[in-house]
Amino acid sequence: MGSFFRSEDMVLCQLFLQPEAAYTSIAQLGEMGVVQFRDLNTEVSSFQRKFVSEVRRHDELERKLRYIETEMVKDGFEIPEAPSDTKVPNPRESADLENHLEKTESELLEVSQNAVNLKNNFLELTELRHVLEKTKGFFDEQESSAHGESGKSLIHDEAGQQSTRARLGFVAGVIERERVPAFERMLWRISRGNVFLRQAELNDPLEDPTTGHQIYKTVFVAFFQGEQLKSRVRKVCAGFHASVYPCPHLPEERAATLEGVRTRLADLNMVLNQTQDHRLRVLTSAAKDLQKWTVMVRKMKAIYHALNMFNMDVTQKCLIGECWAPLADLQRVRQALADGSKEVGSSIPSFLQVIDTKEVPPTYNRTNKFTKAFQKLIDSYGVSSYGEVNPALYTIITFPFLFAVMFGDAGHGLIVTLFGLWMVLKEKSLMKIKTSSEFWNILFGGRYIILLMGLFSIYTGFIYNDVLSRGMNIFGSRWINPYNATTLSDNENLEINPYEGYLGTPYYFGIDPAWMLAENKIIFLNSYKMKMSIIFGVVHMIFGVCLSVVNHRHFGNKIYILLEFVPQLLFLVLLFAYMAFMMLIKWWLYGPFDEQRWSPGCAPSILITFINMLLQSKSEVLKGCETEFMYPYQYWVQIACVLLAVLCVPVMLFGKPIYLSIKNKRAQKRESLHGHENPQGIELSEELGLNPEPAKKGMGHGGHDDDEEFSFGEAMVHQSIHTIEYVLSTVSHTASYLRLWALSLAHSQLSEVLWTKVLKIGFSISGPAGPVAIFLIFGAWACLTISILVLMEGLSAFLHTLRLHWVEFMNKFYQGEGYAFAPFSFKKILKHESSEEDA
Amino acid sequence: MGVEVWPLAVFTVIWAIVGIVGPFVVPKGPNRGVTRVALILTGVTCWLFWLCCYMAQMNPLIGPRLSNHTLLLIAREWGNPISAGH
Repeated sequence: MGSFFRSEDMVLCQLFLQPEAAYTSIAQLGEMGVVQFRDLNTEVSSFQRKFVSEVRRHDELERKLRYIETEMVKDGFEIPEAPSDTKVPNPRESADLENHLEKTESELLEVSQNAVNLKNNFLELTELRHVLEKTKGFFDEQESSAHGESGKSLIHDEAGQQSTRARLGFVAGVIERERVPAFERMLWRISRGNVFLRQAELNDPLEDPTTGHQIYKTVFVAFFQGEQLKSRVRKVCAGFHASVYPCPHLPEERAATLEGVRTRLADLNMVLNQTQDHRLRVLTSAAKDLQKWTVMVRKMKAIYHALNMFNMDVTQKCLIGECWAPLADLQRVRQALADGSKEVGSSIPSFLQVIDTKEVPPTYNRTNKFTKAFQKLIDSYGVSSYGEVNPALYTIITFPFLFAVMFGDAGHGLIVTLFGLWMVLKEKSLMKIKTSSEFWNILFGGRYIILLMGLFSIYTGFIYNDVLSRGMNIFGSRWINPYNATTLSDNENLEINPYEGYLGTPYYFGIDPAWMLAENKIIFLNSYKMKMSIIFGVVHMIFGVCLSVVNHRHFGNKIYILLEFVPQLLFLVLLFAYMAFMMLIKWWLYGPFDEQRWSPGCAPSILITFINMLLQSKSEVLKGCETEFMYPYQYWVQIACVLLAVLCVPVMLFGKPIYLSIKNKRAQKRESLHGHENPQGIELSEELGLNPEPAKKGMGHGGHDDDEEFSFGEAMVHQSIHTIEYVLSTVSHTASYLRLWALSLAHSQLSEVLWTKVLKIGFSISGPAGPVAIFLIFGAWACLTISILVLMEGLSAFLHTLRLHWVEFMNKFYQGEGYAFAPFSFKKILKHESSEEDA
Repeated sequence: MGVEVWPLAVFTVIWAIVGIVGPFVVPKGPNRGVTRVALILTGVTCWLFWLCCYMAQMNPLIGPRLSNHTLLLIAREWGNPISAGH
C-alpha cells in the first residue's frame, strides 16, 4: 500500500556490463520490465551509434518476415499466436534464425517467380489451343467453299484458282474482347478493306499470370493477300497486344500440332500443381513458427536499441549505462545482471552502482488490474510529481460515489452493475479478443470502474427511492391522508399539511414513497439535493486541502503548513463548512412544531443568511418569528467567522514570500560571513531547489542553481496569483458541486418522462391489442432507456464527476508535474508494435 | 425532535462496521492499504449520504401534494382508513 499512497522511491543506477554478457543481461531486464534506461548518447545521431548495423540487420529480418506473412495471407493461411514465453535467442541461435529466414524467403521468391513463368507458358499454350480449335472451323469452311467453287470452275482455270488460294495469307491470334472493335476498324483502315477478319469469342475467361485477373478473349484470323499487308497486319496486332500464333496451313499438320499442344498443356498443369504444392509446404512449415520469430526479432531489435544508449568506457572493457529503477526492485535488477552473466559463462560479473542525483526521478505507481484504471484517470490530467500524494487511492471510492449521486437510479444502476460484472467475470476470455474498436477497449479497460459505479448507483437509487422512475414503499410511508371523504371528493389536489399528515419521524431509508407520488416533489427534492450537494462538496474540498499537509511534510516544508495550509483551511471552514453547519441545524431546529418560532413559516433561508453574513445586512423578520437567527449569539459568531476568514487572506498572501525572503537574507549573510564555502552553498541550493514554488518559476526564468537571485517581487506575484485563485475558487468550486443536484434532477426527470409518455401508454391500451402494444412499446422504452438514460446520462455523469475530481478536488493540493516511468519492457514494446500494425 | 433512535442506530452501526471494523479485518497482503482506505471511504460517504436524506425529512417544512385519487389509494393500500363526513 505504501506505494499507492505516493509514487515509489526511484534510484538512479549506473550499470557496468561486460560486452559479452550485455546482450543477455538486457534481455533479462527486458523480460522483467523494471528499469528505464537513460540515453547517454543523445548528441550522437542514430546512424553513428555503436549497434546500428545490428539494428539494420534486424530491420531486414523483419522485412523478410513481413513478406512471408503477406504470402501466407494471400493463400489464406491461419497464423497461430506466438507462445507468451518466447525467449530472446542467444547470438548463435539468432544466426541460425537469420539463415533459416533467408532460405525461406529465397525459396518463396523462387517459387513465386517459377509460378509466374509457368502460368505465362500455360496461358500461351491455352490460347494456342483455342486458336487451333477455332480456326479449324474457319479453314474447313474455306475448304468447302473453295472446293465448291473449284468444282464449278474446274473446267476453266484450275491452276489459277489454286494459285489464288495459295496466295491468301493469314494471321491467327488471340486478342482481348474489349479491343476487338477498334482492332477491326484499324485493320480495315490500313488495308483499305482488303483484309478479311473472322473471329470467335472464347466463352471461358483466361487468367492473366501477373495480376491474376480473369480476362475474356477472342480468337481471330485475318486473311490477306501479299507480303506488305502481312507486315502491316502483324504491326497492328503488336500494337493491340494481340498474341499471334503460328498456325499450320494444312489440316493434318494442324491436327498434329493440336495433339502436341494438348499433351504439353497436361504436362504443364501437372508441373503447376507440383509448384503450388511445394509453395504450400514451404509456407506451412514456416507458419508454425512465424509469430514466434516475429516476437524474437522484435525483442532483439529492442535490445540493440537499448544497447545503443550505453557508452563504451575508455578501456573498451565494459559498457556503461544509466537507468532509473524502483528501490523495491533493485534486488531483481541485480539478479537479472547476475543471470545474464551466468548464461554467457562470463567470469567477470556485471554490476550496478546506485548514484545520488539531484535530478527528478520519474513517477512510478505500481498498479494491479483493479487500480490501473483509476490511476489512468488521474494520469490523464497530469502525472503526479515525484513523491507527492497520489489522488488515485481515494478516487477508487469517491469517483463511483459522486457518479452515483448524479446517476441515482436503482434500476439503471442494476443494468450498469450487470454489465460491469459480466466484463469482470469474463475478464480472461475478453482480454484475448483483439479488436480495433476503441469504444470497446475503453469500456473494457474501465470494467472495475463501471462495476463500482453500478453498485454505488444501486445504493443511491434506493436512497432517492427511484427505480426506473418509480418509488418503493418498503418500510411504511410516514405520510398519511388526513382528509375525510367529503374534502377528498370536493378537491382534486390536496397538499398534506405536515402538522396533520406527518407521523412525526421520517422514513427509515431514503426518500418517503409519498414524495415520489407527489406533484410538488421537485420542490422538496431540490431543497434536499442542493443542500446535500453542498455538504458533500465542502467535505470533498476540505479533504483535498488536508492532503496538502502530507505533501508539505514530505517535501520538508513544514512551515508551509502554518503559512499556507492553516489559512486555506480556516477560510474554507469558516465560511463554507459554516454554511453546511447551518444547513444541518436548520434541518434539526425547524419543522412542524407548535412553537411558532420554530415553525416552517419562520425558517430562514440559508442563502440569504449567508449573504447577510458577508455583506453585514439584515433581513426583514416576519411577525411572530422573533428573530432571523437560528441560535443565540449567531450574529457574533458570524462576525467572528467573517473577520477570521478575512484575516486569513493576508497570511496566505504575504506569509510565504516574507518567509522565503528572510531565509534568503539569512543564507546570504551566512555565505558572506564564511566565504564561499561549499557546504553552505550546497545547502542553499538544496533548500531552494526542493521548494516547489521558486523552482517552478525558476525553471521558467533560467535555472535554479545555487547562485540564483531570490526576487521578492516574483515570489509576491506568484503568491498573489495563488491566493486570489484559491479564494475565488472556494466560492466557485462550492457552487460547482451543485452539478450533483442538477444532473440527478435531469436524470430523474428524463426517466419519468420515458415512463409516463412511453411505457404507461402501453399499460392503458385495453382489449386484444393491449399485449401486442405493450410488447412493442416495451421494446421502444427499453431501447430509449439504455441509449439515453444509461449510456448518454452515464457518460455525462462520468464526465462531470471526472471534472469534479480534476478541478475541484485536485486543485487544492495536486501539482502534477512529473513524468511517467517508462520501463524497458518487452511486453510494452510488443503491444505497441502490434497495435501500430493494426492501426 | 423528529428522530427515532433505532434507524439512526442501525444504519450508523452498519456503516461503522464497514468503515471502522472492516479495516481491521482485511487480510494481510499487497492490497491491504488500498482495501482499508476503500472501506473507510465507503463507510463515511454512504453513511453521510443516508444521514443527509434522513435529516432532510426529519422535520418537513412542506408536505406532498397529491391528487384525491392518489390520497384515496394510499389511504386504502397503506392502511390509513378515511373517515366520512367533515
